[in-house]
Formats: sequence, structure tokens, C-alpha cells
Amino acid sequence: MDNQITVFVTDRDGVRHSLEAPTDMGLSLMEVMRIHELPVKATCGGMAMCATCQVYVESDHELREKTDDEEAMLDEAFFVDDEKSRLGCQIKINESINGLEVTLAPEAES
Amino acid sequence: MIETDIIIIGAGPVGLFTVFEAGLIKLKCHLIDSLPMPGGQLAEIYPKKPIYDIPGYPTIMAGELVDKLMEQIAPFHPGFTLGEKAEKLEKLEDGRWCVTTDKGTKHAAKNVAIAGGLGVFTPRKPPISNLNDYEQCGVDYIIKDPEKFRDKRVVISGGGDSALDWTVILADITSECTLVHRRTGFRGALDSVEKVMHLAHTGKVKMVVNAEVDELIGVGSLKSVGISIKDMPKEYIETDYFLPLFGLMPTLGPIADWGLELKKDSILVNTLDYSTNLEGIYAIGDVNHYEGKLKLILCGFHEATLMVQSAFKRIYPDKNLVLKYTTVNGVTGF
Repeated sequence: MDNQITVFVTDRDGVRHSLEAPTDMGLSLMEVMRIHELPVKATCGGMAMCATCQVYVESDHELREKTDDEEAMLDEAFFVDDEKSRLGCQIKINESINGLEVTLAPEAES
Repeated sequence: MIETDIIIIGAGPVGLFTVFEAGLIKLKCHLIDSLPMPGGQLAEIYPKKPIYDIPGYPTIMAGELVDKLMEQIAPFHPGFTLGEKAEKLEKLEDGRWCVTTDKGTKHAAKNVAIAGGLGVFTPRKPPISNLNDYEQCGVDYIIKDPEKFRDKRVVISGGGDSALDWTVILADITSECTLVHRRTGFRGALDSVEKVMHLAHTGKVKMVVNAEVDELIGVGSLKSVGISIKDMPKEYIETDYFLPLFGLMPTLGPIADWGLELKKDSILVNTLDYSTNLEGIYAIGDVNHYEGKLKLILCGFHEATLMVQSAFKRIYPDKNLVLKYTTVNGVTGF
């Protein structure tokens, strides 16, 4: 289908979900995961301020570089893998990430 | 005891606007917020970020929106209990609700509107299994009085502004100060980074990078911490205190134990009037949940507007409420 991509998300129980996502709505990966009711708290609403949408990028897609806000948040987050960790809210859904494969990071206690 | 018509928990944009809508129908409000200033997330997290979806404002800074809301509600003289966390909810004998803060301030009203947004800001805790065991005896997440650490040994963990700032302060007064950071670089304010680097060079601070504190050892109180370092053998450092400083994170807080029906971290409401399962307790804005809920300031304003109509009926069951159009008579304060 036009303007639609598929991304794959493995949840914290190891179940892999195939998520369809429209590319023309300015969505982030966090929002797509929420729409599909995956257990992503998204406490801060997508402002790179809580890391509850942290994912490990498993495929070799080239993602946009991290902003200072995202780097700063990953500095203070837990279970961070410097090679793979990204914040779902900072990954924009567009054609270039079709087939992206990510795993949800564990939830941190607060 | 502070008495009012509606106690509003949370002085964010939705809580503030509630004062306006309540004021139009002559209801008085009092706001409680754990932050020391009104504005909620807008003031605490992103005062300088523009918001684009407030009707009539193509763009407005979050901080400016708070200022304008404060101006808008000024005619209705709301009360404020700031810097105090709403902790306890009880029913009084006369049927009113009483909300008590962590500092003991009591508020009574027939109606309570929870506009708590993301909740209260609490320290982010690192995933160390026995961390909680040392909370009163060696682990601190918030530093209230640095003097507590004078001539003591401390291990600070974290790489953000608060970890850096406290390292600079504590390096001077502690007998031994170690900073552990998961990465090699620091992203804090340039000035603090330079100060910490200087302290590390001169030996006043021991810096361990590419490392994480992941083990706490002690009997009764903390004695040492275990530090895993990338590509290196594990290191153990004797210490009196471990200070994990990883910033703050919002949680629902005490409200979660008030007997309200919750879904995940949100309060379930009836969209007729945004009432909860407890009569006279309403939830509006980001803190509530219903089918089709959108976490937008705009939607919170709408919820507040309908909610005060219901609150009015609870206070004056015999009066017929007449919706007021401000274009006809303007706004009359009290």
C-alpha cells in the first residue's frame, strides 16, 4: 500500500509484532507502538524526557542522528546499549525505515 | 483548614484554566502543586518550547501560555498551596473531601479536581536489586543538605547536570569523592563539565567512566559499591554514601492509593462530566483516561469546562445552572 511501511517490534516477553504504519502522518515509532497497544508508557508524551520508549535497533537501517536532547536522556537512562539504544519517540516513521527491527528495552523502576 | 468550592490538584495549564471556568459560575478554587511555581510540565520541563495547537495562537511559548492563564484567572483570586505534594484524601463527616499535603496543609471542599498531568516528579532509580535496602542508610537520591557528607566518602553515579553540579560541590567537603559515569563524555553545561574535569586532573575527584555501579555491599549500612567497568576487571570502592543522580521522572504518586479506578497510570473517568468512581472527585487533563482520550492541553480545557458544571450541581443541587457566554457580559471577578 502507498504511504505505508512495516516495522517489527519484539516486546519484553520476546513476542515479535509486525506493525503497519502510515508515513504521511508525521508519527514517531513511539506513537505507532502506542497505537498498537504495546506496553510503552510514553510518560513524557514524546519529548525525549523519560526514556520509557527506549528500543534497541536490531536492523542496520540508517537512522537520523541523535539530537542533544536524545543523547542527554540516554545518558541518564538505564539498560542503555550505546550501539543500539534509541528513543522510540525520536524515530520518525518514513520510507527509509521500512522493515526496521527493534526490541523494547526493559522497564526501569521509578 | 483551607476551604473552597473546588480543590484542584495540579497547577498545570488544565488546573489553571479550571479556575476560570469555575469562576464564571461563581465557584472558588484552590490549587495544590508539588512544584514551587504554577505551570506544571510547561514551567518545569519545557518553558522555552513553542506549542502549536492552542486555538488562536499559531505558536506560543509554554512559559508564556502559563503567564497568560495566570492573567486570565486573576479576577477569580485562586488560592495556591505550592511546593507541597497532595498526599492524603479523606471524607469529612459533613460529606466534604479533605486533601492533606506532605507538609500537613489541609484543604476541604465538596469537589476535588485531579489535574495532576504526568504526576509528581520523583528521582529515577538505577536497577540495582538491593538499592531499596540502603535508602535510609547510605543511599540518597536527593541532596537536601550537603553538610551531611562533610568528611565522608561518597560515590556519585550519573552524567547529567545534577551529577556534575553535586560533584563540584561535594568534592570540596567530602574526604573522598568518586564520580561514576556510564559513558566517557559528559553532556552537562560546559562550565560544570570543565570544573569536574579539572577536579579529576588534580585528584580531588576520582573519575570512573564507561562504568556502572551495579552492586551494593554492607551490613546494616552501606560499606562499599561494586563498579563494572567496560573491558576491565570489576572494581570495589569503600564508601559511606552512594548517590545515584539520574534526574527526575514523573509518577502518579500517592494518588494511586486513593481508591480511584485506574488503567495503567491514568484515572478512569465518565466522559459525561469527567467524574471518577468516587463521588465529587473528578480527573481532567493528561491524568485521566477514557475511550478515545487524547493527551492534549486543548482537550484538558474542554474537560475542565464540563467538569465545573457538574461540580456546581453538587454544590447547588436546586439551582438551575445557566451557561454563561463571556461575549454577552464579559468576565466578572470576585
